[in-house]
Amino acid sequence: MEPILQIEHLSIEFIQYERGTGKVRVSPGMHKRSLPVIRDLCLEIYPGQIVAVAGASGSGKSLLAHSILDILPYNSRREGVIRYDGNLLTSERAEQLRGREIVLVPQGVTYLDPLMKVGPQLWKGKKDRETKQRYRRALERYGMEPETENRYPFELSGGMARRVMIASASAEKPRLIIADEPTPGLDVRAAKRILGHFRELADEGAGILFITHDLELALAIADRVAVFYAGETIEEADAADFSDASGLRHPFTKALWNAMPEHGFVPAPGAQPYPGQAETGCLFSGQCAKCRPECLSCEGIPLQSYKGGKVRCLYPGEEDNR
Amino acid sequence: MKHRLAFAAKKLLRMGLLLLGVSLATFLLMCASPLDPLQTNVGQTALGSMSPEQVEKLEAYWGADTPAAERYLGWLGDVLHGDFGTSLLYRQPVIEVIGERLAGSVWLMLFAWVISGVLGVTLGVISGAFRGRWADRLIRGYCLLISGTPAFWLAILLLLVFSVWLGWLPVGLAVPVGMTADAVTFLDRVRHAILPVLTLSITGVANIALHTREKMVDVLESDYVLFARARGESGLSIVMRHGLRNVVLPAITLQFASVSEIIGGSVLVEQVFSYPGLGQAAVTAGLGSDLPLLLGITVITSAIVFGGNLIADLLYGAVDPRIRKGAAKR
Repeated sequence: MEPILQIEHLSIEFIQYERGTGKVRVSPGMHKRSLPVIRDLCLEIYPGQIVAVAGASGSGKSLLAHSILDILPYNSRREGVIRYDGNLLTSERAEQLRGREIVLVPQGVTYLDPLMKVGPQLWKGKKDRETKQRYRRALERYGMEPETENRYPFELSGGMARRVMIASASAEKPRLIIADEPTPGLDVRAAKRILGHFRELADEGAGILFITHDLELALAIADRVAVFYAGETIEEADAADFSDASGLRHPFTKALWNAMPEHGFVPAPGAQPYPGQAETGCLFSGQCAKCRPECLSCEGIPLQSYKGGKVRCLYPGEEDNR
Repeated sequence: MKHRLAFAAKKLLRMGLLLLGVSLATFLLMCASPLDPLQTNVGQTALGSMSPEQVEKLEAYWGADTPAAERYLGWLGDVLHGDFGTSLLYRQPVIEVIGERLAGSVWLMLFAWVISGVLGVTLGVISGAFRGRWADRLIRGYCLLISGTPAFWLAILLLLVFSVWLGWLPVGLAVPVGMTADAVTFLDRVRHAILPVLTLSITGVANIALHTREKMVDVLESDYVLFARARGESGLSIVMRHGLRNVVLPAITLQFASVSEIIGGSVLVEQVFSYPGLGQAAVTAGLGSDLPLLLGITVITSAIVFGGNLIADLLYGAVDPRIRKGAAKR
């Protein structure tokens, strides 16, 4: 089977203008500088598969979603290759597919227009019966009455707003669903129910990119997990690999695993670097207990296959032996 | 229902206090004015040739011999009985003078208000939607230029270009000179109103357009517009469906708040065009120490401005579902 989404060496950077000295002078006192937020990201999603991208806040996860949909802000630049259904996903193609085959499930109620009723908002300006019925069925599927259409977003609870957005996605018969933190602020039961909805959609054949900062949540639903660190994927693993620390490949993933409540709650010292802070070497070096001189001097570390997954580390596994 | 009554009572009380404050401030400014009513209105030479009795009579007429507090309280007492007094310059009841002048100004201001509002919102939406492109730069440049231009100066400029150089439009007044009232056509009135309306509109547009642009930019950077784009809505659909809807609320507030600017602007503009409206009457009353007329005009224009803001408040509640439904629940 061919992957529905294939991302190869995706990099996203922002162009910023700032005062002071920089490389490119724009006007007196103002300088242009580019801020890399995502570097060399690789990811594959197959139909029916849920791939979680787990990373801390500010690691550039949402931008990954926006770049697939080609709705990045105007001051950003994208490099690398995104393939959808075997073919290059160009801007034109993304424009045609987004909202139809490729759908986004965003975080919460702020993603709904506060002054527009749910119904008209879902219909995207169309008024024919077929459209209305399609969305009504989608709302019903997630346990919402038809009168939800007449409500304003501020009249919805957090869980309802999420279900409205899942309904908006499922009504399109999507082949790729991008869920960007669809559960924060929900209690465990509501979150579990939302996750169940995603599993259902995957079982119907859609590939799902599940973006979250919550590793536990990612493991609860995903088939594969890509761990994000400072804009790079540092490990790609089967969810099953997380059952035991020895199945994991990167020191950061192991640190994450150890930090989970059921595995001892051990925090790792330090914090991930901000975009643009580190230029060369391993981005994790600041927090890595097993950092070697080569890790700092090398010109970026490639993502390499290792033990059935992928890892971005010069000495994966070796650190255990020393 | 109960909170509606409380709302109305609060607003009325606030309006009463505002009008009291405005009238007092006007009165104090008038007292502090260095202009001597007798010298201004009768003239130094005429005064010199008068007998002391005549001068005394005039002083009594202009109220120069009564203590300030007594004059103000006397005026206030009359107003509370519904009597705004008699204009000293026009020798007519103040209400009549204001009514006459307002009839002349109201079309001027109304047109300027509507044109600046519609044009301002339109330009603001376009500017915000095309942020950073040439359309935006052009509109923003225009707005900043106009914001820095005094209304009366612009009025003189327009007068110079369209009336003096090109000769397309009359130089001033509301009707042609030397024509009997019944011979004046509607078209004559329109021709005379064009330049004042144009001046007021041009200056009014800038503020509204700049504010609308900022709001539009905010809306286009919002989460819900991002989601609309992700759902495949086109740029035009986003501006028309989400942009306008979210921009219209602040625009309403701004539009009704701009009533004060239009009235303020009309004072200067009517003076430049010698347009016999309320603004010009205000200037005449101020310079001529016509206290009852000036107080009457300030109180009534303040009431109009207050009314504008009140309408904005009420409309906001009617348009914004969050306020409307919130109020209905209580």
